[in-house]
Amino acid sequence: MSTIAKTAVFSTSIGKKLVMALTGIFLITFLIVHLSGNLLLLKGDNGEAFNAYARFMETSPLIRILELILAVGFLFHIVMGIRLALENRRARPIRYQVNKATENSTFYSRFMVWSGITVLFFLLLHLWNFFFQHRFLGLGAKETMYETVVRTFKEPIYSIVYIIAMVFLAFHLNHGFQSALQSSGLQINTNLGKRIKSIGMLFSIVICAGFTAIPLYFLIFT
Amino acid sequence: MATISVTLKVWRQKSRNDSGRFETYFAKDINTEMSFLEMLDVVNENLIREGKEPIAFEHDCREGICGSCGLYVNGRAHGPLKGTTICQVHMRSFKDGETIYVEPWRAKAFPIIKDLIVDRSAFDRIIQAGGFISVDTGSAVEANSIPIPKAIADLAFEAATCIGCGACVAACKNASAMLFVSAKVTHLALLPQGQAERYRRVIKMVEQMDAEGFGNCSNTGACEAECPKSISLTNIARLNREYLAARLVPRQYDN
Repeated sequence: MSTIAKTAVFSTSIGKKLVMALTGIFLITFLIVHLSGNLLLLKGDNGEAFNAYARFMETSPLIRILELILAVGFLFHIVMGIRLALENRRARPIRYQVNKATENSTFYSRFMVWSGITVLFFLLLHLWNFFFQHRFLGLGAKETMYETVVRTFKEPIYSIVYIIAMVFLAFHLNHGFQSALQSSGLQINTNLGKRIKSIGMLFSIVICAGFTAIPLYFLIFT
Repeated sequence: MATISVTLKVWRQKSRNDSGRFETYFAKDINTEMSFLEMLDVVNENLIREGKEPIAFEHDCREGICGSCGLYVNGRAHGPLKGTTICQVHMRSFKDGETIYVEPWRAKAFPIIKDLIVDRSAFDRIIQAGGFISVDTGSAVEANSIPIPKAIADLAFEAATCIGCGACVAACKNASAMLFVSAKVTHLALLPQGQAERYRRVIKMVEQMDAEGFGNCSNTGACEAECPKSISLTNIARLNREYLAARLVPRQYDN
């Protein structure tokens, strides 16, 4: 520990960005796990494999612990993100009359707070539909997780909201992936960095397409 | 000789505490070979002749190397050209009859002194906090006595071309000073002469940057795109690395 620094590392601008980066990368790994599990829905076995997977997720003590860590990860990412956004607004009290931001930066990079907040609202809705009702309101005794999925996605409104949220998630991931690495000290403006940007974009498209395939499947085939 | 006429919407503010407003000026028959600042000189000559207060703007070398000038012109730091200070933008970059908005750098850490002039002493205080090296007095050391690999020297030199104009802060949606600080930290951290204060420097400069009220970096890259010296975003990654190494990696010494 340095005796030079007067501020705690995670209270400095760079420390706070590291928190965003590390929690962001952690949440990305969660998305990969979540999508791979959910793709069992497309197996066409009337939910047998998916229900087995859902039961495992509900009963395994290991998953219980990971669930808590995941909640903490989300909380840190959201709270720190909002805190940073508010600080950033305060750093420019008077805004420009004319500002051509499109000339110097991508839409995704400037839209991070809003794409993040959209995904947050979707997350709350999503947790209510597929988590709280099952875990705490006894829905799990009445229907299997597969039945809940089928019932929910048969509502076109929910499916549309879901798909829109996934597009916003893709926007968020497209900048977030490379930004997390840059904040951690990896240079994104080099040849390696260009590859990282491409990987980030590909990843955001795969995540969006993968999750979107599920409501589309239930809307079209059931 | 081509001439154009433009309408200017210029931010006028008497003092730090004045609320400020846009005023409209007409610049008629402006030679397109004039620089943007020379055009403002013409407008000011007319204002003086009319007995009005001329527009205050900062400038010095007018060669794009001193970092004094800096105007937010039509929504861009240093105007519409890439890799150029506003003093090196010429009126041929504008169209006849165009309306041009001229605003000062907008940042909490850069309070307005008058009209288009902002107080950039926050940058000075960041440099004072750690942007220096310790050199023994006496005769100059023979230039090649400390070998420095060409690639390292080039990177340090590119970072050292930062003129401290503040366009990075002005262009950043968060008014972050990360590109400036990263250029200064990189310039000294890469060279052998900068090693003595390497970790102390980055800690002190980042702390001062935060204390000045600049925003946080969200890696949009607007700073790099608008920097008149095209300072690279890779420096910000290096600053992150230097800072996190200074704070999080245990060392047996504390410098």
